[in-house]
Amino acid sequence: MAKVAKSPWLLHYDGSSCNGCDIEVLACLTPVYDVERFGVINTGNPKHADILLITGGINSQNKPVVEQLYSQMPSPKVVVAVGICACNGGVFKECYNILGGVDKVLPVDIYVPGCAARPNAIIDGVVKAVALLEEKRAKMDSEGGNNK
Amino acid sequence: MSTIIGIIAFIVFAPFAGGLLSGIDRKLTARMQGRIGPPILQPFYDVKKLLNKEILLINNMQILFMWCFLVFIVFTGALFCGGSNILLVFFVLTTAAMFLVLEASLTNSAYATMGANREMIQMLSYEPMVLLTAVGFYVATAFSTGTGTFNLHEIVDNSPIPNIVYLPGVFIGFLYILTIKLRKSPFDISMSHHAHQEMVKGVTTELSGGLMALMEISHWYENVFLLLVVSLFIICDAWWSIPLAVVVVAAAFFLEILIDNTSARVKWDVMLKSAWAVTLVFGCINVFILQLI
Ligand code: SF4
Repeated sequence: MAKVAKSPWLLHYDGSSCNGCDIEVLACLTPVYDVERFGVINTGNPKHADILLITGGINSQNKPVVEQLYSQMPSPKVVVAVGICACNGGVFKECYNILGGVDKVLPVDIYVPGCAARPNAIIDGVVKAVALLEEKRAKMDSEGGNNK
Repeated sequence: MSTIIGIIAFIVFAPFAGGLLSGIDRKLTARMQGRIGPPILQPFYDVKKLLNKEILLINNMQILFMWCFLVFIVFTGALFCGGSNILLVFFVLTTAAMFLVLEASLTNSAYATMGANREMIQMLSYEPMVLLTAVGFYVATAFSTGTGTFNLHEIVDNSPIPNIVYLPGVFIGFLYILTIKLRKSPFDISMSHHAHQEMVKGVTTELSGGLMALMEISHWYENVFLLLVVSLFIICDAWWSIPLAVVVVAAAFFLEILIDNTSARVKWDVMLKSAWAVTLVFGCINVFILQLI
Protein backbone atom coordinates (compact mmCIF):
# COMPACT_ATOMS: atom_id res chain seq x y z
CA MET A 1 0.00 0.00 0.00
CA ALA A 2 2.96 2.32 -0.32
CA LYS A 3 3.15 3.78 -3.78
CA VAL A 4 -0.15 5.52 -4.39
CA ALA A 5 -1.55 5.13 -0.91
CA LYS A 6 0.33 8.00 0.61
CA SER A 7 -0.28 10.50 -2.11
CA PRO A 8 -3.73 10.37 -3.71
CA TRP A 9 -4.41 13.45 -5.80
CA LEU A 10 -8.02 14.32 -6.46
CA LEU A 11 -9.75 15.85 -9.41
CA HIS A 12 -13.10 17.17 -8.33
CA TYR A 13 -15.83 17.71 -10.89
CA ASP A 14 -19.23 19.08 -9.95
CA GLY A 15 -21.88 17.86 -12.36
CA SER A 16 -25.57 18.60 -12.33
CA SER A 17 -25.94 19.05 -8.58
CA CYS A 18 -27.52 21.41 -6.09
CA ASN A 19 -23.92 22.26 -5.04
CA GLY A 20 -24.52 20.77 -1.60
CA CYS A 21 -22.08 17.93 -2.15
CA ASP A 22 -19.72 20.28 -3.93
CA ILE A 23 -19.45 22.40 -0.79
CA GLU A 24 -18.99 19.31 1.36
CA VAL A 25 -16.05 18.21 -0.77
CA LEU A 26 -14.46 21.60 -0.29
CA ALA A 27 -15.21 21.33 3.43
CA CYS A 28 -12.87 18.33 3.49
CA LEU A 29 -10.00 20.68 2.65
CA THR A 30 -10.71 23.13 5.47
CA PRO A 31 -8.90 23.07 8.82
CA VAL A 32 -11.66 21.01 10.46
CA TYR A 33 -11.21 17.95 8.24
CA ASP A 34 -7.90 18.77 6.50
CA VAL A 35 -7.52 15.88 4.07
CA GLU A 36 -4.02 17.07 3.21
CA ARG A 37 -3.01 15.27 6.42
CA PHE A 38 -3.28 12.09 4.39
CA GLY A 39 -1.38 13.57 1.48
CA VAL A 40 -4.56 14.24 -0.47
CA ILE A 41 -4.26 17.19 -2.82
CA ASN A 42 -7.17 18.70 -4.66
CA THR A 43 -5.53 19.23 -8.02
CA GLY A 44 -7.34 21.00 -10.81
CA ASN A 45 -5.56 19.00 -13.48
CA PRO A 46 -6.68 15.58 -14.80
CA LYS A 47 -3.12 14.72 -15.85
CA HIS A 48 -1.96 14.90 -12.24
CA ALA A 49 -4.98 13.20 -10.69
CA ASP A 50 -5.38 9.68 -9.35
CA ILE A 51 -8.98 9.91 -8.18
CA LEU A 52 -11.84 11.46 -10.11
CA LEU A 53 -14.35 12.64 -7.56
CA ILE A 54 -17.70 13.55 -9.07
CA THR A 55 -20.59 15.22 -7.32
CA GLY A 56 -23.96 15.68 -8.98
CA GLY A 57 -25.64 13.80 -11.79
CA ILE A 58 -24.86 13.58 -15.47
CA ASN A 59 -26.79 15.57 -18.04
CA SER A 60 -26.30 15.74 -21.77
CA GLN A 61 -24.14 18.85 -21.45
CA ASN A 62 -21.61 17.58 -18.95
CA LYS A 63 -21.40 14.03 -20.34
CA PRO A 64 -18.62 14.80 -22.85
CA VAL A 65 -16.78 16.87 -20.23
CA VAL A 66 -16.74 14.04 -17.72
CA GLU A 67 -15.71 11.53 -20.37
CA GLN A 68 -12.86 13.73 -21.51
CA LEU A 69 -11.61 14.37 -17.98
CA TYR A 70 -11.57 10.63 -17.34
CA SER A 71 -9.73 9.89 -20.56
CA GLN A 72 -7.06 12.46 -19.71
CA MET A 73 -6.17 10.86 -16.39
CA PRO A 74 -3.12 8.57 -16.40
CA SER A 75 -3.63 5.05 -15.00
CA PRO A 76 -4.09 3.81 -12.38
CA LYS A 77 -7.24 5.82 -11.74
CA VAL A 78 -10.38 5.46 -9.68
CA VAL A 79 -13.79 7.12 -9.97
CA VAL A 80 -15.66 8.08 -6.82
CA ALA A 81 -19.31 9.18 -7.06
CA VAL A 82 -20.16 11.44 -4.12
CA GLY A 83 -23.76 12.04 -3.07
CA ILE A 84 -26.94 10.36 -4.18
CA CYS A 85 -27.14 12.54 -7.31
CA ALA A 86 -23.83 11.16 -8.54
CA CYS A 87 -24.83 7.64 -7.53
CA ASN A 88 -28.09 7.47 -9.47
CA GLY A 89 -29.46 10.93 -10.20
CA GLY A 90 -31.04 11.47 -6.79
CA VAL A 91 -33.77 14.06 -6.52
CA PHE A 92 -33.10 15.16 -10.08
CA LYS A 93 -33.51 11.67 -11.47
CA GLU A 94 -36.85 12.37 -13.15
CA CYS A 95 -35.73 15.64 -14.76
CA TYR A 96 -35.90 15.69 -18.55
CA ASN A 97 -32.24 16.62 -18.92
CA ILE A 98 -30.71 14.15 -16.47
CA LEU A 99 -29.22 10.95 -17.85
CA GLY A 100 -28.69 9.51 -14.38
CA GLY A 101 -25.74 8.83 -12.10
CA VAL A 102 -22.09 8.91 -13.08
CA ASP A 103 -22.13 5.18 -13.81
CA LYS A 104 -24.14 5.92 -16.92
CA VAL A 105 -20.94 7.17 -18.57
CA LEU A 106 -17.94 6.10 -16.48
CA PRO A 107 -16.98 2.94 -14.59
CA VAL A 108 -17.65 4.11 -11.02
CA ASP A 109 -15.57 2.28 -8.42
CA ILE A 110 -16.79 3.77 -5.15
CA TYR A 111 -20.24 5.10 -4.30
CA VAL A 112 -20.51 7.53 -1.40
CA PRO A 113 -24.15 7.92 -0.38
CA GLY A 114 -25.75 10.87 1.37
CA CYS A 115 -27.62 14.04 0.55
CA ALA A 116 -25.42 15.86 1.08
CA ALA A 117 -22.61 13.35 1.64
CA ARG A 118 -20.92 14.20 4.93
CA PRO A 119 -17.21 15.05 4.84
CA ASN A 120 -16.52 12.00 7.01
CA ALA A 121 -18.21 9.81 4.41
CA ILE A 122 -16.31 11.51 1.59
CA ILE A 123 -12.98 10.96 3.34
CA ASP A 124 -13.98 7.34 3.92
CA GLY A 125 -14.75 7.01 0.21
CA VAL A 126 -11.36 8.45 -0.67
CA VAL A 127 -9.63 6.02 1.68
CA LYS A 128 -11.45 3.13 -0.04
CA ALA A 129 -10.46 4.58 -3.40
CA VAL A 130 -6.83 4.64 -2.30
CA ALA A 131 -6.92 0.94 -1.48
CA LEU A 132 -8.43 0.25 -4.88
CA LEU A 133 -5.81 2.38 -6.61
CA GLU A 134 -3.15 0.20 -5.08
CA GLU A 135 -4.89 -2.91 -6.39
CA LYS A 136 -5.09 -1.45 -9.87
CA ARG A 137 -1.47 -0.44 -9.65
CA ALA A 138 -0.43 -3.98 -8.75
CA LYS A 139 -2.53 -5.29 -11.64
CA MET A 140 -0.83 -2.86 -14.03
CA ASP A 141 2.54 -4.12 -12.86
CA SER A 142 1.67 -7.77 -13.25
CA GLU A 143 0.25 -7.22 -16.71
CA GLY A 144 3.43 -5.33 -17.45
CA GLY A 145 2.01 -3.44 -20.37
CA ASN A 146 2.11 0.00 -18.79
CA ASN A 147 3.94 2.94 -20.19
CA LYS A 148 5.97 4.24 -17.28
CA MET B 1 39.64 18.40 -4.12
CA SER B 2 37.13 20.61 -2.33
CA THR B 3 35.68 21.38 -5.74
CA ILE B 4 34.87 17.73 -6.42
CA ILE B 5 33.50 17.22 -2.91
CA GLY B 6 31.28 20.27 -3.37
CA ILE B 7 29.93 19.02 -6.68
CA ILE B 8 29.26 15.49 -5.45
CA ALA B 9 27.71 16.74 -2.22
CA PHE B 10 25.33 18.93 -4.19
CA ILE B 11 24.29 16.23 -6.65
CA VAL B 12 23.74 13.66 -3.91
CA PHE B 13 22.30 15.68 -1.05
CA ALA B 14 20.41 18.50 -2.75
CA PRO B 15 17.35 16.40 -3.69
CA PHE B 16 17.01 15.20 -0.10
CA ALA B 17 17.43 18.70 1.27
CA GLY B 18 15.09 20.09 -1.37
CA GLY B 19 12.43 17.47 -0.71
CA LEU B 20 12.65 18.09 3.02
CA LEU B 21 12.44 21.85 2.51
CA SER B 22 9.38 21.35 0.37
CA GLY B 23 7.86 19.15 3.10
CA ILE B 24 8.65 21.74 5.76
CA ASP B 25 7.14 24.37 3.49
CA ARG B 26 3.88 22.44 3.20
CA LYS B 27 3.78 21.75 6.93
CA LEU B 28 4.41 25.41 7.82
CA THR B 29 1.82 26.52 5.28
CA ALA B 30 -0.72 24.17 6.83
CA ARG B 31 0.09 25.41 10.33
CA MET B 32 -0.29 29.00 9.21
CA GLN B 33 -3.74 28.09 7.89
CA GLY B 34 -4.67 26.31 11.13
CA ARG B 35 -4.43 22.83 9.61
CA ILE B 36 -2.38 19.85 10.69
CA GLY B 37 -0.78 19.41 7.31
CA PRO B 38 0.87 16.48 5.57
CA PRO B 39 3.87 14.60 6.94
CA ILE B 40 7.24 16.25 6.33
CA LEU B 41 8.18 13.42 3.96
CA GLN B 42 5.06 13.94 1.83
CA PRO B 43 6.97 15.35 -1.21
CA PHE B 44 8.96 12.10 -1.40
CA TYR B 45 5.75 10.04 -1.33
CA ASP B 46 4.36 12.22 -4.09
CA VAL B 47 7.37 11.74 -6.33
CA LYS B 48 7.40 8.00 -5.68
CA LYS B 49 3.73 7.86 -6.63
CA LEU B 50 4.31 9.91 -9.78
CA LEU B 51 7.12 7.62 -10.88
CA ASN B 52 4.67 4.74 -10.76
CA LYS B 53 2.05 6.33 -12.93
CA GLU B 54 1.44 6.09 -16.61
CA ILE B 55 2.96 8.86 -18.77
CA LEU B 56 0.55 10.41 -21.23
CA LEU B 57 2.72 12.01 -23.87
CA ILE B 58 1.58 14.65 -26.29
CA ASN B 59 4.93 15.08 -27.95
CA ASN B 60 7.95 12.80 -27.56
CA MET B 61 10.19 15.84 -27.20
CA GLN B 62 8.59 16.48 -23.80
CA ILE B 63 10.78 13.74 -22.34
CA LEU B 64 13.97 15.19 -23.81
CA PHE B 65 13.23 18.73 -22.66
CA MET B 66 12.27 17.71 -19.13
CA TRP B 67 15.53 15.78 -18.83
CA CYS B 68 17.43 18.78 -20.19
CA PHE B 69 15.69 20.96 -17.62
CA LEU B 70 16.76 18.67 -14.80
CA VAL B 71 20.31 18.22 -16.08
CA PHE B 72 20.86 21.94 -16.52
CA ILE B 73 19.47 22.75 -13.08
CA VAL B 74 21.78 20.14 -11.54
CA PHE B 75 24.63 21.53 -13.62
CA THR B 76 23.91 25.04 -12.31
CA GLY B 77 24.06 23.89 -8.71
CA ALA B 78 27.14 21.74 -9.35
CA LEU B 79 28.99 24.67 -10.92
CA PHE B 80 28.03 26.79 -7.95
CA CYS B 81 29.18 24.26 -5.37
CA GLY B 82 32.31 23.61 -7.39
CA GLY B 83 33.22 27.27 -6.95
CA SER B 84 33.00 28.28 -10.58
CA ASN B 85 32.33 31.68 -12.04
CA ILE B 86 29.12 33.19 -10.72
CA LEU B 87 28.18 34.67 -14.11
CA LEU B 88 28.47 31.26 -15.75
CA VAL B 89 26.28 29.76 -13.02
CA PHE B 90 23.51 32.26 -13.69
CA PHE B 91 23.71 31.80 -17.46
CA VAL B 92 23.30 28.05 -17.12
CA LEU B 93 20.32 28.65 -14.86
CA THR B 94 18.67 30.74 -17.56
CA THR B 95 19.31 28.01 -20.12
CA ALA B 96 17.57 25.52 -17.86
CA ALA B 97 14.53 27.77 -17.58
CA MET B 98 14.35 27.97 -21.38
CA PHE B 99 13.95 24.19 -21.60
CA LEU B 100 10.90 24.36 -19.38
CA VAL B 101 9.41 27.04 -21.62
CA LEU B 102 10.16 24.93 -24.70
CA GLU B 103 8.59 21.86 -23.15
CA ALA B 104 5.39 23.70 -22.29
CA SER B 105 5.15 25.44 -25.64
CA LEU B 106 5.37 22.34 -27.79
CA THR B 107 2.45 20.61 -26.11
CA ASN B 108 0.10 22.96 -27.93
CA SER B 109 -2.12 23.00 -24.87
CA ALA B 110 -3.81 26.30 -24.11
CA TYR B 111 -2.92 26.19 -20.44
CA ALA B 112 0.65 25.02 -20.84
CA THR B 113 1.27 27.63 -23.55
CA MET B 114 -0.14 30.31 -21.31
CA GLY B 115 2.14 29.04 -18.57
CA ALA B 116 5.10 29.19 -20.98
CA ASN B 117 4.32 32.79 -21.89
CA ARG B 118 4.06 33.72 -18.27
CA GLU B 119 7.25 31.85 -17.46
CA MET B 120 9.04 34.04 -19.98
CA ILE B 121 7.60 37.16 -18.38
CA GLN B 122 8.87 35.86 -15.07
CA MET B 123 12.32 35.43 -16.58
CA LEU B 124 12.14 38.96 -17.89
CA SER B 125 11.29 40.14 -14.38
CA TYR B 126 13.99 38.38 -12.40
CA GLU B 127 16.85 38.26 -14.89
CA PRO B 128 18.10 41.87 -14.40
CA MET B 129 18.33 41.36 -10.66
CA VAL B 130 20.09 38.01 -11.06
CA LEU B 131 22.74 39.61 -13.25
CA LEU B 132 23.01 42.55 -10.92
CA THR B 133 23.66 40.13 -8.06
CA ALA B 134 26.70 38.82 -9.92
CA VAL B 135 27.85 42.38 -10.64
CA GLY B 136 27.22 43.25 -6.99
CA PHE B 137 29.62 40.56 -5.81
CA TYR B 138 32.24 41.78 -8.28
CA VAL B 139 31.95 45.35 -7.07
CA ALA B 140 31.88 44.30 -3.41
CA THR B 141 35.07 42.24 -3.73
CA ALA B 142 36.68 45.10 -5.64
CA PHE B 143 35.68 47.40 -2.81
CA SER B 144 36.97 45.23 0.02
CA THR B 145 40.09 43.66 -1.51
CA GLY B 146 41.04 45.92 -4.37
CA THR B 147 40.50 43.38 -7.14
CA GLY B 148 37.01 42.43 -8.19
CA THR B 149 36.19 38.84 -9.01
CA PHE B 150 33.33 36.68 -10.29
CA ASN B 151 35.03 33.53 -9.02
CA LEU B 152 33.01 31.97 -6.22
CA HIS B 153 36.05 30.57 -4.36
CA GLU B 154 37.68 33.97 -4.33
CA ILE B 155 34.46 35.72 -3.32
CA VAL B 156 34.29 33.54 -0.22
CA ASP B 157 38.02 33.33 0.59
CA ASN B 158 38.90 36.98 0.02
CA SER B 159 36.07 38.48 2.02
CA PRO B 160 37.01 39.18 5.64
CA ILE B 161 33.39 40.06 6.51
CA PRO B 162 30.08 38.94 4.97
CA ASN B 163 29.39 40.64 1.65
CA ILE B 164 25.89 41.53 2.78
CA VAL B 165 27.51 44.45 4.64
CA TYR B 166 28.40 45.97 1.28
CA LEU B 167 25.36 44.68 -0.56
CA PRO B 168 22.27 45.24 1.60
CA GLY B 169 20.31 46.65 -1.36
CA VAL B 170 21.30 43.81 -3.67
CA PHE B 171 20.29 41.36 -0.93
CA ILE B 172 16.82 42.91 -0.67
CA GLY B 173 16.49 42.84 -4.45
CA PHE B 174 17.52 39.20 -4.56
CA LEU B 175 15.00 38.28 -1.87
CA TYR B 176 12.35 39.99 -3.94
CA ILE B 177 13.04 37.96 -7.06
CA LEU B 178 13.52 34.85 -4.94
CA THR B 179 9.74 34.86 -4.51
CA ILE B 180 9.41 34.59 -8.29
CA LYS B 181 12.05 31.89 -8.58
CA LEU B 182 10.61 29.80 -5.77
CA ARG B 183 7.21 30.06 -7.51
CA LYS B 184 5.57 31.57 -4.49
CA SER B 185 2.48 33.72 -4.32
CA PRO B 186 2.10 36.65 -5.21
CA PHE B 187 4.37 35.77 -8.15
CA ASP B 188 3.33 32.19 -8.89
CA ILE B 189 1.83 33.30 -12.16
CA SER B 190 3.27 30.63 -14.46
CA MET B 191 2.54 27.61 -12.31
CA SER B 192 0.32 27.56 -9.29
CA HIS B 193 0.23 24.94 -6.58
CA HIS B 194 -3.44 25.50 -5.92
CA ALA B 195 -6.41 23.97 -7.66
CA HIS B 196 -9.13 25.80 -9.54
CA GLN B 197 -7.06 28.48 -11.19
CA GLU B 198 -7.58 30.07 -14.54
CA MET B 199 -4.48 28.39 -15.96
CA VAL B 200 -4.91 24.97 -14.31
CA LYS B 201 -1.26 24.14 -13.53
CA GLY B 202 0.44 26.42 -16.05
CA VAL B 203 3.70 25.08 -17.43
CA THR B 204 3.23 21.74 -15.72
CA THR B 205 -0.33 21.12 -16.96
CA GLU B 206 0.69 18.59 -19.60
CA LEU B 207 3.21 16.73 -17.47
CA SER B 208 1.99 13.41 -16.20
CA GLY B 209 3.55 10.62 -14.16
CA GLY B 210 7.33 10.43 -14.34
CA LEU B 211 7.67 13.73 -16.18
CA MET B 212 5.96 15.52 -13.31
CA ALA B 213 8.33 13.71 -10.96
CA LEU B 214 11.27 15.12 -12.96
CA MET B 215 9.73 18.56 -12.59
CA GLU B 216 9.44 18.15 -8.82
CA ILE B 217 13.01 16.90 -8.47
CA SER B 218 14.32 19.78 -10.60
CA HIS B 219 12.37 22.15 -8.43
CA TRP B 220 14.05 20.70 -5.32
CA TYR B 221 17.50 21.12 -6.85
CA GLU B 222 16.65 24.64 -7.92
CA ASN B 223 15.36 25.64 -4.48
CA VAL B 224 18.50 24.37 -2.78
CA PHE B 225 20.66 26.20 -5.28
CA LEU B 226 18.74 29.46 -4.75
CA LEU B 227 19.07 29.23 -0.98
CA LEU B 228 22.79 28.59 -1.45
CA VAL B 229 22.97 31.86 -3.38
CA VAL B 230 21.33 33.55 -0.38
CA SER B 231 24.02 32.04 1.84
CA LEU B 232 26.71 33.46 -0.44
CA PHE B 233 25.80 36.90 0.87
CA ILE B 234 26.82 35.79 4.36
CA ILE B 235 29.59 33.22 4.01
CA CYS B 236 33.07 34.72 4.22
CA ASP B 237 36.52 33.81 5.42
CA ALA B 238 35.50 33.57 9.10
CA TRP B 239 34.11 30.37 10.70
CA TRP B 240 31.17 32.12 12.37
CA SER B 241 29.78 33.09 9.00
CA ILE B 242 28.57 29.54 8.40
CA PRO B 243 26.13 29.26 11.35
CA LEU B 244 25.08 32.82 10.59
CA ALA B 245 24.39 31.84 6.97
CA VAL B 246 22.22 28.93 8.13
CA VAL B 247 20.18 31.30 10.28
CA VAL B 248 19.80 33.87 7.50
CA VAL B 249 18.81 31.25 4.93
CA ALA B 250 16.24 29.78 7.32
CA ALA B 251 14.85 33.26 7.99
CA ALA B 252 14.67 34.01 4.26
CA PHE B 253 12.87 30.72 3.60
CA PHE B 254 10.39 31.40 6.40
CA LEU B 255 9.79 34.89 5.06
CA GLU B 256 9.00 33.47 1.61
CA ILE B 257 6.45 31.05 3.10
CA LEU B 258 4.89 33.86 5.11
CA ILE B 259 4.58 36.03 2.02
CA ASP B 260 3.18 33.07 0.09
CA ASN B 261 0.43 32.63 2.65
CA THR B 262 -0.45 36.25 3.15
CA SER B 263 -0.66 37.55 -0.38
CA ALA B 264 -2.86 37.00 -3.39
CA ARG B 265 -1.49 36.47 -6.87
CA VAL B 266 -0.78 39.68 -8.80
CA LYS B 267 -1.05 40.29 -12.53
CA TRP B 268 2.06 39.95 -14.65
CA ASP B 269 2.50 43.69 -15.23
CA VAL B 270 2.58 44.39 -11.49
CA MET B 271 5.21 41.69 -11.08
CA LEU B 272 7.34 42.98 -13.94
CA LYS B 273 7.17 46.62 -12.90
CA SER B 274 7.71 46.00 -9.21
CA ALA B 275 10.60 43.59 -9.81
CA TRP B 276 12.33 46.10 -12.08
CA ALA B 277 11.61 48.95 -9.66
CA VAL B 278 13.14 47.01 -6.78
CA THR B 279 16.11 46.09 -8.97
CA LEU B 280 16.61 49.71 -9.91
CA VAL B 281 16.03 51.27 -6.51
CA PHE B 282 17.78 48.78 -4.24
CA GLY B 283 20.14 46.89 -6.54
CA CYS B 284 21.42 49.61 -8.85
CA ILE B 285 21.73 52.30 -6.20
CA ASN B 286 23.60 49.91 -3.93
CA VAL B 287 26.09 49.02 -6.66
CA PHE B 288 26.37 52.65 -7.70
CA ILE B 289 27.22 53.82 -4.19
CA LEU B 290 29.86 51.12 -3.83
CA GLN B 291 31.39 52.30 -7.10
CA LEU B 292 31.47 55.91 -5.95
CA ILE B 293 33.15 55.45 -2.56
S1 SF4 C 1 -26.90 14.48 -3.28
FE1 SF4 C 1 -28.17 16.06 -2.34
S2 SF4 C 1 -26.71 17.59 -1.61
FE2 SF4 C 1 -25.64 16.30 -3.06
S3 SF4 C 1 -25.78 17.36 -4.99
FE3 SF4 C 1 -27.49 15.91 -4.88
S4 SF4 C 1 -29.20 17.06 -4.06
FE4 SF4 C 1 -27.35 18.24 -3.65
